Amino acid sequence: MTQSRFESMQGSWEHFPHEADIGVRGIGLTKEAAFEQAGLALTAVITEPTSVASTQALSITCEAPDDELLLVDWLNALVYEMATRKMLFSCFAVRFNNHSLYATVWGEPIEVARHQPAVEVKGATYTELSVKQDEQGRWIAQCIVDV
Amino acid sequence: MDLNLLKRRGRDEWHISPRGKMLVPGVIYATEELIRDMDEKVYEQVTNVATLPGIVQASYAMPDAHWGYGFPIGGVAAFDPDQGGVVSAGGVGFDISCGVRLLRTELTVEDISAVKELLAEALFQRIPAGVGSKGKVHLDRHEMDAMLAGGAKWAVGKGYGIHEDLEFIEERGCMAGAKPENVSEFATKRQQDEMGTLGSGNHYLEVQRVAQVFDAKAASVFGIREGDVVVSIHCGSRGLGHQIGTEFLKSMVTSAARHHIELPDRELACAPINSEVGQEYLGAMRAGINCALANRQIITHLVRQIFTDILPQATLSLLYDVSHNTCKVEEHVIDGKPTRLFVHRKGATRAFGPGHPDIPPSLRAVGQPVLIGGTMGTASYVLVGTEESMALAFGSACHGAGRSMSRHQALRQWHGRDVVKELAARGILIRSPSMRGIAEEAPGAYKDVSEVVDAADDVKLAKKVARLEPLVCVKG
Repeated sequence: MTQSRFESMQGSWEHFPHEADIGVRGIGLTKEAAFEQAGLALTAVITEPTSVASTQALSITCEAPDDELLLVDWLNALVYEMATRKMLFSCFAVRFNNHSLYATVWGEPIEVARHQPAVEVKGATYTELSVKQDEQGRWIAQCIVDV
Repeated sequence: MDLNLLKRRGRDEWHISPRGKMLVPGVIYATEELIRDMDEKVYEQVTNVATLPGIVQASYAMPDAHWGYGFPIGGVAAFDPDQGGVVSAGGVGFDISCGVRLLRTELTVEDISAVKELLAEALFQRIPAGVGSKGKVHLDRHEMDAMLAGGAKWAVGKGYGIHEDLEFIEERGCMAGAKPENVSEFATKRQQDEMGTLGSGNHYLEVQRVAQVFDAKAASVFGIREGDVVVSIHCGSRGLGHQIGTEFLKSMVTSAARHHIELPDRELACAPINSEVGQEYLGAMRAGINCALANRQIITHLVRQIFTDILPQATLSLLYDVSHNTCKVEEHVIDGKPTRLFVHRKGATRAFGPGHPDIPPSLRAVGQPVLIGGTMGTASYVLVGTEESMALAFGSACHGAGRSMSRHQALRQWHGRDVVKELAARGILIRSPSMRGIAEEAPGAYKDVSEVVDAADDVKLAKKVARLEPLVCVKG
């Protein structure tokens, strides 16, 4: 893994419970950081993110009428790239321009023996979906993903 | 769930009176204990579904209902197109036509005991399962479209299985009204390596033994006896279905205001049946159903090859194939009048009663087989549809155990290797590419499937026929 690239990501991620599926939550000082961390939380549904090297890069662009729909689109774009390229991602760089998201993501092809992927993500849902700032000014981007 | 929110109308029947924007009541079929364990979100989701335009009779929840997204999982709702009724991508879900099929083998437990390990290993090696796995069937767009139009019928035409299989699949193996042209390039690209793959999560392939027969007459008609070995396959429409769900959820969310639909939860995304978006979705969703039917048919073919290689005396015949994430056009009697309805079953199994014309002639006298998947350490069940079920919830029943614990909790409580060891000690062989996946799917993370099935039996949504216990389980 390119350590400096991984370390350059600011913020944190967590999962929150859902009876059948799983919630992903990215937290950061900026909206960009919260979206990047939500991407990392998505990877963590499948495998331990630190086991994923960031050796291959690709670009992702999404557009949606509001931040929440943009989060769902962003996560679904990652789900699509993971499914069609058989890859996992561990590093994310996101920027916004109005209602558009431009990202570069880094990862590597899935190696089943090493990554032990637990479950594939079918899609990001609109359940528990929110993108907002908390009282401390931190950005929180979250939703339930269907597995 | 707080029992005070509900009115009890029978031992296992609970009503939510219409209030606010609810157009019909909510009805939950479950024991008092199952209701107490249900998340409050199930109540919220049942009542939200009851507000959708054109809903008929009631918004139903089956005994295995749990917190889904938009609709509860275990939710059933029917809509009348002539009353402004809607079709909902959220009401079908991402895994379009996920379902279970059951194969007889003409083998007994004794027949396979000496080769159980060999069988487990061959099934694991030769049936693609888990994240990143690839199938051997690759289709160009022309052939993909033929598959999306033809379903299991297409698969049989390509040599995957036998013509007799089609009789025992809902819609006789081919969902009419599929429109492959409504399926995006993104969706077909996502399916390019996934034909004939099992998937991951709660999907599985199990070799099971018929542990107990409850209804000798129905079991005899279904061709199963105690001690028989059967094979269950639980999977769905793979990446193609997931992508159709993703794309139409978005287009239904963004078009809701244009159709004057107020969504209490965006995940309830829907469109009028008689609208452009609604019709486009129906065409694509039916293509997704065909993809799932073709997928289970290809896996059936692989299972047959493996059994025949190891146990040449085996003859695998299809008992039945059910889908539990669908929206289908059905005729039901409403206020004494036959009415054409769009019935959504989200984590619920069709369970038509005896005599229904959609049941294969050889099974029609007893009713439709209803296949309920359990966990790798407990049991699965075969039930049969009842006369009463048609009036109770449009001929529907539960679909499985339903989780009682999040994946995160399960991961903290169990280690995959320990689960495999414990089950091996009980004679159950588990094969999976992911130990973490095994921990997340540990039997203890699920509700008691027997309690769910007993509740369905008690209410007469469907009657118990047989209990199946796992011998070998391949998990993705």
